[in-house]
Amino acid sequence: MASARDGQWRQAAEALVIPVAALAAAMVVFGVFMAALGQNPLEIYTLIYQGAFASAFSWQNTLARAAPLVLTALCVALPAQAGLMVIGGEGALVLGGLAAAVAGHLLSGVAPASVKVAMALAGMAIGAAWIALSGALRQYRGVNETISSLLLTYIAVALFNHFVEGPLRDPASLNKPSTAHIGDANMLGNLPGLDIHWGLGFGVVFCVAMYVLTRHTTYGFALRIVGGNPRAARLAGLPVTPIVLAACLLGGGAAGLAGAVEVAAVHGRANASLIAGYGYAGIVVAFIARQNPLAILPVAVLVGGLSASGGMLQRRLDLPDATVLVLQGIAFMLILGSEALYGRLKPFRPRAA
Amino acid sequence: MSDLVGRLDRRELLLGFAAAGALGALAAVRRAAAADKLIVGVIYVGPRDDYGYNQAQAQAAAALKKMPGLAVVEQEKVPETTDVQKTMGSMIEQDGATLLFPTSFGYFDPHILRMAEKYPKVRFAHCGGLWTEGKHPKNVGSYFGYIDECQYLDGVVAGHATKSKKLGFIAAKPIPQVLRNINAFSMGARTVDPKITTQLIVTGDWSLPIKEAEAANSLIDQGVDVITCHVDSPKVVVETAERRGIFVCGYHADQSALAPRGYLTGAEWSWTTPYTTHVKDALAGKPMNNFMRGGLKEGFVKTGAYGRAVSEPARKSADTVKAQMLKGDFVIFKGPLKDNAGKTVIAAGAAHKQTDVVLEQMNYLVEGVIGKV
Repeated sequence: MASARDGQWRQAAEALVIPVAALAAAMVVFGVFMAALGQNPLEIYTLIYQGAFASAFSWQNTLARAAPLVLTALCVALPAQAGLMVIGGEGALVLGGLAAAVAGHLLSGVAPASVKVAMALAGMAIGAAWIALSGALRQYRGVNETISSLLLTYIAVALFNHFVEGPLRDPASLNKPSTAHIGDANMLGNLPGLDIHWGLGFGVVFCVAMYVLTRHTTYGFALRIVGGNPRAARLAGLPVTPIVLAACLLGGGAAGLAGAVEVAAVHGRANASLIAGYGYAGIVVAFIARQNPLAILPVAVLVGGLSASGGMLQRRLDLPDATVLVLQGIAFMLILGSEALYGRLKPFRPRAA
Repeated sequence: MSDLVGRLDRRELLLGFAAAGALGALAAVRRAAAADKLIVGVIYVGPRDDYGYNQAQAQAAAALKKMPGLAVVEQEKVPETTDVQKTMGSMIEQDGATLLFPTSFGYFDPHILRMAEKYPKVRFAHCGGLWTEGKHPKNVGSYFGYIDECQYLDGVVAGHATKSKKLGFIAAKPIPQVLRNINAFSMGARTVDPKITTQLIVTGDWSLPIKEAEAANSLIDQGVDVITCHVDSPKVVVETAERRGIFVCGYHADQSALAPRGYLTGAEWSWTTPYTTHVKDALAGKPMNNFMRGGLKEGFVKTGAYGRAVSEPARKSADTVKAQMLKGDFVIFKGPLKDNAGKTVIAAGAAHKQTDVVLEQMNYLVEGVIGKV
């Protein structure tokens, strides 16, 4: 029985050491690449560290960039528990943002606290419905959810542009079509003492809640059985379709909330700036996190940090933006590739009883 | 067993601390290096070498680098989200920048306004002309150019070059700034021959290369033989026109190298003028110039050198109009002017000079443009 506990420890250590080693290897490969281009790798490492983690300012820079990715990564990771590859978080995000902007504007004059809640709920509801649409298409019509969620994103962006530039356009927004402003009183502020908006707080809470839900509840257990083998789950009498749709609703809700936060905490209105690719960046985060809601947090911080330090590399060394994409590419390939090592390294194997 | 794990963690931790200390020391050295210069930060929404909007700004930044007493830091592909706020913050906090050029139109509200409030001693110069007296902070300024003058001249040249009497215009969004360009281009062409029409295609966003190529091909299939555009990067449109063997007028920056045969001329920004003014004011400690605008006369915009295909009569008529514009006595938008539905939009006798704010609310397409707002 002692060996079960030992096995758990070894597994946890494995899950930590392998990705960290892969990341270290990525830094070395990137260093070689930069040296080949005539840059000093040590200087590059210094700048990456300085840009992302060296000071209170750079930490806030990193975390602010990580915040939206946490929620959009959940939009991939939750349906993935049920075996669905949903990549349409961008659509849920922009429509969630639009719904929040509309709710905020319609309720102007109501107590700001209720307006904020209404905006969050509106964003989550629309986002949830949008991703559930993909889930339903798969469950009821056998449509591949990866394709449908991607195509639904194009539809979402088209709808968003139609409403923002047409019926919902604030006539005063001349050269940048936008919906009407939600009003300063209804804006979500920053986290106390920080220059990071509340999206990060929501993301952390959402991730922890989803971790508990998927790992420590009967629904989560059923969800993972469906993800492992839907036919076996059906034979065992599990209500597969409701379980799948619930996962889609939760994931879509997270992405919709990300959109609502962008409107309520940053832009104050819905406009094309909302279509910034957070939904797509979330896919990468979820995959690196191996679809584990809790692992999304450090991975999002890593991606946010790379993005923050990318700016530093651009500014100090006059490197193009593509530099940091190269680093990201190397890091992600090695981290994903290192998955093949799980269970193969001797120190992490449970000792035979 | 768990002992091994514990040892691993401790070792990693120690390594981490050592590395952090060393890097911190290096950081302090680098920061002190550029203390006595004016640090100017330039932020682009797309790539600096896009043959378009961003390249036009980057050319001005390159000109600044030749000035004494300052250093320029640049960052490209920064989206209009909190990313740009953090990028501005990084330039200020980490690089010591005190004059910023965040160049995308969408950076202004809320991003620049928020940062300007947070850093009242830093100057923010924004491209787009959104600054309003009494409403926006004094450490923010905006600059913009009357590029419709160049579009009008493009139209004159295009009007001479076309044989089918059909011109094409590919636009990102039907907003006042864009409509003003489309209308000026079409009006310029119709001074050559009033039968000329301009077919408009709106793609819906600033950077949609595939749609832009499709639009260009479809226009050419309809018999259009001169094309121009208002999108962030005209590269695809210009290349498609060249490949299909028709004429093209550039926009934002110089694209003549992409179409050696078909390039006629182009409407280009000349941002070095406002950039240098802002830098000189900052160096001299003068208050910020909050509102700067100009056309050809003031050196805010310029026309591209005529391509091989431009005929002598075309050069002559365009140069005549240009000379009038340079003197400042040419008015593009004057009555009687009808929109493409036959409604009078500017009454006979009325004339709107470039500075007239009415033009900034333009919501119509003039007679001769085929399309809808």
